[in-house]
Parts: sequence; structure tokens; C-alpha cells
Amino acid sequence: MREHHDVVIVGGGPAGLAAAVATKDAGVEDVVVLERDAKLGGILNQCIHNGFGLHTFNEELTGPEYALRYVDQVAERGITCLLNTMVVDISGDRVVTAVNPDRGVFTMDAGAVVLAMGCRERPRGALNIPGFRPAGIYTAGTAQRLVNIEGQMPGRNVVILGSGDIGLIMARRMTLEGAKVHCVAELMPYSGGLKRNIVQCLDDFGIPLLLSHTVTCIEGKRRVEAVWVSEVDERMQPIPGTEIRYPCDTLLLSVGLLPENELSRGAGVTLSPITRGPIVDDSLQTNVQGVFACGNVLHVHDLVDYVSQEAATAGACAAQFVREGCAPAGRTVAVEASGGVRYTVPSCVDPNRMAAKQVVRFRVGDVYRDRYVSVYVDDVRVSHRKKRVMAPGEMEEVVLKRSDLEARPQASRVLVTLEEV
Amino acid sequence: MSATTRELTCINCPLGCLLTVTLANGEVTAVTGNTCKRGDTYARKEIANPTRIVTTSVPVDGSATERMLSVKTERDIPKGEIFNVMTVLRKTRATAPVEVGDVIVPNVCNTGVDVVATRRA
Repeated sequence: MREHHDVVIVGGGPAGLAAAVATKDAGVEDVVVLERDAKLGGILNQCIHNGFGLHTFNEELTGPEYALRYVDQVAERGITCLLNTMVVDISGDRVVTAVNPDRGVFTMDAGAVVLAMGCRERPRGALNIPGFRPAGIYTAGTAQRLVNIEGQMPGRNVVILGSGDIGLIMARRMTLEGAKVHCVAELMPYSGGLKRNIVQCLDDFGIPLLLSHTVTCIEGKRRVEAVWVSEVDERMQPIPGTEIRYPCDTLLLSVGLLPENELSRGAGVTLSPITRGPIVDDSLQTNVQGVFACGNVLHVHDLVDYVSQEAATAGACAAQFVREGCAPAGRTVAVEASGGVRYTVPSCVDPNRMAAKQVVRFRVGDVYRDRYVSVYVDDVRVSHRKKRVMAPGEMEEVVLKRSDLEARPQASRVLVTLEEV
Repeated sequence: MSATTRELTCINCPLGCLLTVTLANGEVTAVTGNTCKRGDTYARKEIANPTRIVTTSVPVDGSATERMLSVKTERDIPKGEIFNVMTVLRKTRATAPVEVGDVIVPNVCNTGVDVVATRRA
């Protein structure tokens, strides 16, 4: 007979660990975490800067400290974690195939699966920058690993393309280690990172943020020798005559994160073309019964605190699924995004099952000032909240009240939208 | 009295409120734009005495699992001391075993703040 576990959690980063704790706390004893790295904690291990945990622990922790809180919680509960274990397949009927050095290839049946694989960085190949392939081009996260974990400096003279949070963090990190960071070039007219990172990582050190700029040429055959940066017009085409040549030895890329959903796809999980993560309901269940998703594999987060919250929901719902089996199909109300809201998570809710105050997370597609975030149930506006500023780099949330749906039993649609003041 | 204003972005939490600080003769007379008390406190402090927590990693000897040990200043230090602290930490090595919170450099640069480990090694 094949090995069986009530809940199998794929990934031992912040999402997987919080999901494991919540699953166990919901009364399911047989939980297994599968982690491909040699230690738990995921990307937090290399995020040595502070700023984690303000919402969860009400104190400002570094990444390793935040991870350790959950690693300790997992250990206290005696949850089994298989390290160096790579999941290679998840089937639609929840058979998980994994490989590790001790057991080789092995399979397990899962009562429920929680997808918590996180995301990966967009590489140079996704960018179409012409030129050779010299050494000295790294994603910001790779550079972060080299500096913080391996103790190696990838270069001394640096240009950064993309103003995602990891790029901003690495601008400061490289500067502190004695490198010269010439600029951060951002294709869009706004930054993709958190404002606090622009203040603390760029402004503090006088590093210029060049908005509406991109890299048009990388010089050097064996090693990067210079990078050309040009301004772009509103169609994002480089404007001739605006190029600046920065002699440098390193180009760091911080140009977006992609949820890592190869396994999800193999299991038959439907993905959103916008988030590139699974489409889920209010219990964070995907279209495949008993398969749940949370953290950056679901949609890319800015704050680990929200990853932990979301993962706790996924863990608790997976536990409920194992205990009670598949809930009878209830009423499904679609949650749709419009008017500048790019997507919502979840994308549908069951009014009989959802939380009394269901958190709906979303991102906007542009920078908006002084707009209302409005929620409609069919054509009735049920919430209307003013925001001073919203930007694509900062995840937003709105609360959907169960009572608003219970009061309208015929309603088929919830709309989250932005409205002018 | 000449009133001037300065725009700041609050860094206390990820909301990043846009703060407008009104100054008269160098004194803060008003802070607007904050959504909580911490924004007001931050703006007044950022004008008078800006501080930051410094984080870095230092090599660690004798650890089976780690080559580098991540560390931080236990509290925030004056912004002007950041590079002095880094000069000290770039010459620092730690020795395993280390627990989270262990002091790696006491009273760094006479700031009254210890540099502590943020990882086990």
C-alpha cells in the first residue's frame, strides 16, 4: 500500500510553514512538509534586512528571525519536514511524487495538498536585451544569495534594472559592502517596489531612481564592461539621444517575479493569466478538489505577514477538507475586478462558507491618487473607502462582509472597482 | 516667521504614508498625511535625528551549516553612523556556535547599541 498523509505541503518557506502550523492546530495530526532545500525558511534565509513581522508579531524582525519563529512552531508541534526533497509531480487525484537522496523516487497519497512553492525571478532571457552573454549579469535574488549566504561580492560597479523590492534592497546591500551603485533604471513611470524601500535603500544613499528608463545595450564579451540606459517614451520605446553609458562590471535584474506553477499545471490546476497563480475560492482551494494554494505561488506578495495569514487560511481549510470531505456544492458568487483593479484573490466565494469578514486582496494596474475602492454586490454598492494613493507595487485589500451576500440571496457577482472622488 | 514644508514618506510600516511636515524656524509645527500616531513621531524624529537599523552578514568560523552569519544592530543607530558601523562589521568574524540574539559586537562605534546575530550558526 502506498504511503498516505492527511495533508502534504509542498514547500517549506514562509507559506508552507504557516500552512503546516495551521493544519496541525486545526486538529489534523498527519501533516508532512516537503522542502527541496537543505533547510526550512525559503527565501527568508537570504533576506537579512529588517522589516518583517510588523503585522504578525508587532515587532520588526529580519528575514531569518521571522523564518525561525515558524520553524520553531513547526518543531514544537512535531511536524514532519522532509528536506532535500523535490516534488516532481502532483496528480489530479493527489498522488505526490517526490525524490530525495535517502529514498530516491517515492510517492504518497495525500488527503489534501497545499501548494506553497513560492515564485522565481524573471531572468535576462525574458527581457530581450541585445548583446553578448558576458559574466556579471545576475538576478537581484541571486546576488542577494551570493552576498548574504555565500559571502561573495558579485561585482563592484553596479547598474540595477528594475525597481522591484529585491533590486532596491540589493542597491543598499551592495552599497553597504563598498560597491558603487550608479542607478536603478525602471521601465515604468513608477516604481514596482515599496515606498519604504525607495526611501531607505535609494534616497538614504543618494542612488538615483531613473523612472521611464531601460537598458538598451550591454557592452563586454567576457565580463560586463558598460551598460547603456535610455529614457523611454509613453509606448516604452527608447528615445534616441537620451542614452547614458555607465562603465560598470555588474548588471542586476529586478524585473518581476513569476509564481512557480509547473507542478500545479501538471495537477490540472487552472491558472490566472494575470497573477499566473491558481484561481481559488474563499477557502483558497483550486479547481482541483483538495488542492489548496497560498503565498507567492498563488500571487506575488510584498509582505510576508500577509503570506503567513493567507497560508494559515489555506492550512485550516485543507484540514477541514480532510475532516469533512468535499463540501456539498453551495452557492458560488464570482468576485470580479474592474476599473483599474487587475485581479482579486479569491476570485469566487461561497456565502455559506466564507468568513464573516472575508479579506479580498488585489493589485491595481497603475498609480492612482484619491480614489475610492468600491465593492458592489450585483448593482448595489456595499462598501466605499477612500485611498490617498495606490500603486501596482503595493498589494491592497478590501473586506467583503458575508452579511452583504446573505442579504442578497439572488446575487451572482461581486465587483471590486476603483471610482473617482 | 517663515514656514516651510518638507515631504517625507513614512517608513514605520509598509503603507508608506506621504507626510507633509510644516517647519517654522526649524521647528516642526505640524505633521499631516499620517494615518497613525507613529507617522507623526517618525516625521518629527526624521527631521531632528534620523536613525536606521543596519543589517549585514559576517563570516562565521566553525559552523557545520553556515558560511555567513546574518547580524543587525539591536536598535536603530544615527543615520550618519551607518558607514562607520559597516567599516567595523566588514572586519568582523564570528565563531560558532551562535544563537539568535547573541552579541557579536558590543556597543558598536560607541553608539550604545550592540550588533547581534539574527541566525543560528
